Amino acid sequence: MNVGEAFKVAVRGLRANRLRSVLTMLGIMIGVAAVILLVALGNGTSARMNAQITSLGTNLIGVLQSRGSVAASGKSQPLTDKDVKALQQDGEAPRLLSVTPVKQASAVLNYQNALWRTSVFGSTQDYLAAFHRRMVAGSFFGDSDVRTSNRVVVLGDKPVQRLFGGHGAAALGQTIRIGRQSFQIVGVLDANGLNDDVAVMPISATRNYLVGGGDAVDQIVVEATSQATVPPAMDKVTRVLLDRHRVTNPSQKDFEVHSNLELLQQYTQLTDVFTLFLVAIAAISLLVGGIGVMNIMLVTVTERTREIGIRKAVGARRKAILKQFLIEAIVLAGIGGLVGVVVGVGLSLLGASVGASFGQFAPPELSTGSVVLAFTVSLCIGLFFGAYPANRAARMRPIDALRYE
Amino acid sequence: MIQLESVSKVYRTGDAEVRALDNVDLTIDAGELVAIMGPSGSGKSTMMNILGCLDAPTSGRYLLDGIDVSGLDDDQLADIRGRKIGFVFQSYNLLSRTSAVVNVELPLLYARARSRRKLASAALREVGLSDRAHHLPNELSGGQQQRVAIARALVTEPAMLLADEPTGNLDSVTSGEIAQMLVKLSEAGRTVVLITHEAEIAAYAQRVIHLRDGRVVSDPNRPADSAPLAEVGE
Repeated sequence: MNVGEAFKVAVRGLRANRLRSVLTMLGIMIGVAAVILLVALGNGTSARMNAQITSLGTNLIGVLQSRGSVAASGKSQPLTDKDVKALQQDGEAPRLLSVTPVKQASAVLNYQNALWRTSVFGSTQDYLAAFHRRMVAGSFFGDSDVRTSNRVVVLGDKPVQRLFGGHGAAALGQTIRIGRQSFQIVGVLDANGLNDDVAVMPISATRNYLVGGGDAVDQIVVEATSQATVPPAMDKVTRVLLDRHRVTNPSQKDFEVHSNLELLQQYTQLTDVFTLFLVAIAAISLLVGGIGVMNIMLVTVTERTREIGIRKAVGARRKAILKQFLIEAIVLAGIGGLVGVVVGVGLSLLGASVGASFGQFAPPELSTGSVVLAFTVSLCIGLFFGAYPANRAARMRPIDALRYE
Repeated sequence: MIQLESVSKVYRTGDAEVRALDNVDLTIDAGELVAIMGPSGSGKSTMMNILGCLDAPTSGRYLLDGIDVSGLDDDQLADIRGRKIGFVFQSYNLLSRTSAVVNVELPLLYARARSRRKLASAALREVGLSDRAHHLPNELSGGQQQRVAIARALVTEPAMLLADEPTGNLDSVTSGEIAQMLVKLSEAGRTVVLITHEAEIAAYAQRVIHLRDGRVVSDPNRPADSAPLAEVGE
């Protein structure tokens, strides 16, 4: 008996107990569909996170004052405008596209009767380019605003939503109170999903009207020329600042240099673990489905003991019987897997097309690998969980099997 | 030719030892129609299992068509069954949900024969059921089902047709027809071994062998061997 004939016999056997076969397939189907859908959700979430971080710019380097451990000298100097200037003026390679200081504060925005607390960033005109932001209305403040501490502000998406009902154009030109001062809204930033609850103003205005405090900055954002030049640019930043802060031992430096690339890698690791976790849960349901296959195959073998006896009496070898029931189990799991692929792919595509977000998940993003893997695993489950029942059938003694009622 | 040489079959159940067959010698020539009779417990079923290569004897030699089958393993026995023996059972033992012609094809499937459908159709024609080829067993009468079973037994051109109580589930008219068919087959040159406890069916055979307590107690071919009645009891 060749495989094609065994396949036909198997399908005939499965059709004889249609409801039972369908219910067993359902177990595998759910498992396979779950694997495909959950992997797609994990991929989608991971892709969205990557896109967000990438949209911030993979050539960005952030410099912060060290927290926690302090140099042995006990001195920890803040980052200042002088550091910014030193970085801007250092002539050595690699070239830095921009060096932007950021002074952070938290303040309440007040427009008419609406109040909204948000993060205030004091920066320079380079902020827009350095953070890869775009304007949806108005324009960013300029160099002269920074020099003259002009009370102008550019709002992120969130404050515009809360104070102006989302109408960027309506916000433009309006005067709002920030802290105890009135500021004029000159522009509105587009939403990027990460840094939307912000108000950006000239760093000088932040210092003069919100937080005070000399020439210290909270963060320096450095743009390397490309993703490839990030490591040498980080070295250069470190070297210049060590020099300026007169730190001789690099392990005692009082600042930290990070790149967005590092952040991206950390997030990628995180989402990989997260996806793996989801797949593990789905794999458990696939395993349960496999046990269902084994259960049903054991019942089938017992029910068809007499058929096995007849087949053996007319000349079926052990291997022929083994093949018949093994193929039946594989077909059972395989059809379940195939339907699971259709359902899983269908749901993923549906989710992607409507852009549905399931709670914290991004819209699913289908991966061919997971589809192939899930289907292959379903076949292997048929093989694995069908082996014991099929072997039991193959080893039956024909006289016992023929006598079985 | 079928030859049993001092074949014994011993079953052990706990401490008790049951000699189901006790030193049986038997020769059946090609083309013979032989009936094996005996009350229940006489060793008829064991005889049938051993002749049908469904079970191996404990001792002795069994030559089927010149092949010593005593020492063969399971798969080799399966091959012998498929090629050399055609079974006809009391309860027909057809695969339900499978049409008559596919049932007849079954032995050819395992023997990896070619043009199976043609051979199966020819076998059905031989038993007069060409017009029922695509009926399922439960759409056929008992007699028709048994004829399908006979067609299945014939399809591989076996050395021996082994019929185990083939008329046990049939009325007397149909039983007669089936017995007639077996007679015709033996006249056409097939070896037929008929195991039965019905005297009127056995009467169709040229040679009737009586079994009792695992021994041959009468065989027209070997009158000298007719042993006295064996001791009765456990």
